[in-house]
Amino acid sequence: MTLIRISRRDALVGSLAALAAPAFLAPPALAAPMLTFDDLYGSVGVLGLAFSDKVKQLAGQEVTMRGFMAPPLKAEAAFFVLTEIPMSICPFCSSDSDWPDNIVVVYLDAKQTFVQPNTVIEVSGTLEYGPWTDPETGFVSLLRLRGARFSAV
Amino acid sequence: MRKVLLALAATTMLAGAAQAATVYPLDRATILAGSPFDFKVEFDASVKPEDVKVTVNGQDYKAVFGSEASFVAEEKGKDDKVLGSALILRDLVLATPGDYTIEAVAGPEKKAVTWTVYGTADQAKAKNVIFLIGDGLSVAHRTAARIMSKGMTEGKANGRLAMDDLDRMAFIGTASTEAVATDSANTMSAYMTGHKTAVNALGVYADRTPDTLDDPKVETLAEALRRQTKKSIGIVATSEIQDATPAAVVAHTRKRADKAQITGMMLDVQPEVVLGGGSAYFLGKDTPGSKRKDDKDYIKAFQDAGYTLATDKDELVKAAGTNTGKILGLFHTGNMDTALDRKFLKKGTVEKFPNQPGLVEMTELALGELSKNPEGFFLMVEAANIDKMSHPLDWDRAVVDTIEFDKAVAAARAFAEKNPDTLIVVTGDHTHGVSIIGTVDDEKEGDEMRAKVGTYADAGFPNYADADGDGYPDKIDVSRRLFLAGNNGPDHYETFRPKLDGPFVPAVQNEKKEYVANEAYKDVPGAVLVTGNIPRDGDSGVHSVDDVVLQAGGPGSEGFKGYMEQSDVYRVIVDALALAPAKP
Repeated sequence: MTLIRISRRDALVGSLAALAAPAFLAPPALAAPMLTFDDLYGSVGVLGLAFSDKVKQLAGQEVTMRGFMAPPLKAEAAFFVLTEIPMSICPFCSSDSDWPDNIVVVYLDAKQTFVQPNTVIEVSGTLEYGPWTDPETGFVSLLRLRGARFSAV
Repeated sequence: MRKVLLALAATTMLAGAAQAATVYPLDRATILAGSPFDFKVEFDASVKPEDVKVTVNGQDYKAVFGSEASFVAEEKGKDDKVLGSALILRDLVLATPGDYTIEAVAGPEKKAVTWTVYGTADQAKAKNVIFLIGDGLSVAHRTAARIMSKGMTEGKANGRLAMDDLDRMAFIGTASTEAVATDSANTMSAYMTGHKTAVNALGVYADRTPDTLDDPKVETLAEALRRQTKKSIGIVATSEIQDATPAAVVAHTRKRADKAQITGMMLDVQPEVVLGGGSAYFLGKDTPGSKRKDDKDYIKAFQDAGYTLATDKDELVKAAGTNTGKILGLFHTGNMDTALDRKFLKKGTVEKFPNQPGLVEMTELALGELSKNPEGFFLMVEAANIDKMSHPLDWDRAVVDTIEFDKAVAAARAFAEKNPDTLIVVTGDHTHGVSIIGTVDDEKEGDEMRAKVGTYADAGFPNYADADGDGYPDKIDVSRRLFLAGNNGPDHYETFRPKLDGPFVPAVQNEKKEYVANEAYKDVPGAVLVTGNIPRDGDSGVHSVDDVVLQAGGPGSEGFKGYMEQSDVYRVIVDALALAPAKP
């Protein structure tokens, strides 16, 4: 029997493709350019990461990203963390875990409910880059989508 | 019988009714003579200073300790909750070996503890100590590493691991001060200070106040070496160098997650060689990739302190030739990749950090640097990924890292052969709930994967091959492979196969902070859902409470025998190095 190689992301997207997006959720703005997690940094190294040219060019504009919603830090938080793969650790519950490098913090226009893990979401919002500390939680982020909205894919 | 039980119950209830003070260090603490430590008494009630009486072996404590403790009228907890009064005396030193019984009384509260202060041999038996720790190293990891690396014919191993031939051995109990269970912080802290502590704590006893940096400190081995010797110190790990195990060599905090502060503690002690991951905590918060919340640039601070910086394998080799005497090697922003990913599969984060050195290269380089000091050295080497891959039940990655760890042990033994005044200690810090129960054979008949699990005689022998003789199996996805089974975990899919596309992620979190099986593995042919048996907020497999097997060789290793607490290991090391001689 041949060993079958499986990519986690492919399997997830594949298994969820059959789910139709609920009709009541508005589709993201058509014009917004797509930004992927691979697009975020131009270089990654021990002495730091460098934002990609694409991020610099799109800053201040509306962009669309796909990823997973990490469970909210606290119920009333004004933001959530968008991750490339579903969060398998809880950075605030466990002492020996940290967020991945390539997270994006999403500030919503209006309060929204959590989307189940294992579910890909599509988020649109205004791209912002550079370090910023959330005044309420002290959470430091490097990339943000402001005034955002999202829907399950 | 019933009378006895009733009497016992009555005694217990009485004891429970009275308020009890807590004294740190705790009862039965063993303390290296001459080592500074913090003394603290916590009273449950708020008391007046004149009502507090503390004696040591019947005498007023001030006479024996030589100084007066500060009195805290009210310690505050979370939301300013009043916790009671306390006495604190920092940096107490007891130079004379012997038993010290401390009695603390305030009103109805009374507590007595006895410490044993110990000296060491007058003459050092060992000049160098190499302490190699396989994080989470359990018996199954060793057995699997031996079979995978060396093979087996007719029931006899075709070769031996380097750790198999160390002369001395002990069973190590790893429990913490608060539970039968443990973590790397508490256990490595016990190895490196001689004091057991609580889960998540490093170089301190865990007191009741919320501040993580005010807990009663005990001296670390690195500090004792700085105080008593001119030896060099080396720290090598495949984790972030602020992670619990490497941190325990130098750090004092109630919370191992204080990684930004631990970076500063590392700079305070200035080990001559520091190699590992975790550069994110060296970068000021405005540098993308930083995990600090301040602007401190520790790369610069280390360079200003005379360190040569290396950020990949080639720079490390160059740094070794610079003769600055101090090397800081940071090869990853976070934890370094596993040997399986680095050397073979190129998965994990290898694409981002393609030129990471391995544990063996780092160990050999550290030995070369540290041994330049004629006074000798202490080197700590940690194979972090044995644990980091056992948590997510990725047994193949954990075992390949065990093989790499054993090669680091071989490097240490090769050094000791040329330098026989070297004590080698090889141990784990806790175990994992994992066992090898046989093999999985793809050629076996059956539709279900469990039908292909070979047990007893049907297990046969696995068919790993090592054609290139590098000690690693040429591939891990052979048709008849070892079946390692975890005895605990969250809900997850068992695929009966190595995870060739990156480390296993068994479960993901939902909005209730509960972990559910990661559906990414649902469609792997033959995958079955395994229902978890730990609380639903547990993200991965947990440490087991089972004893650890410690092995040792070289001068002083005869101190390791039978059953020992992990805190007893320290005493053997400091005795071999004669850190508290009667005649200094």
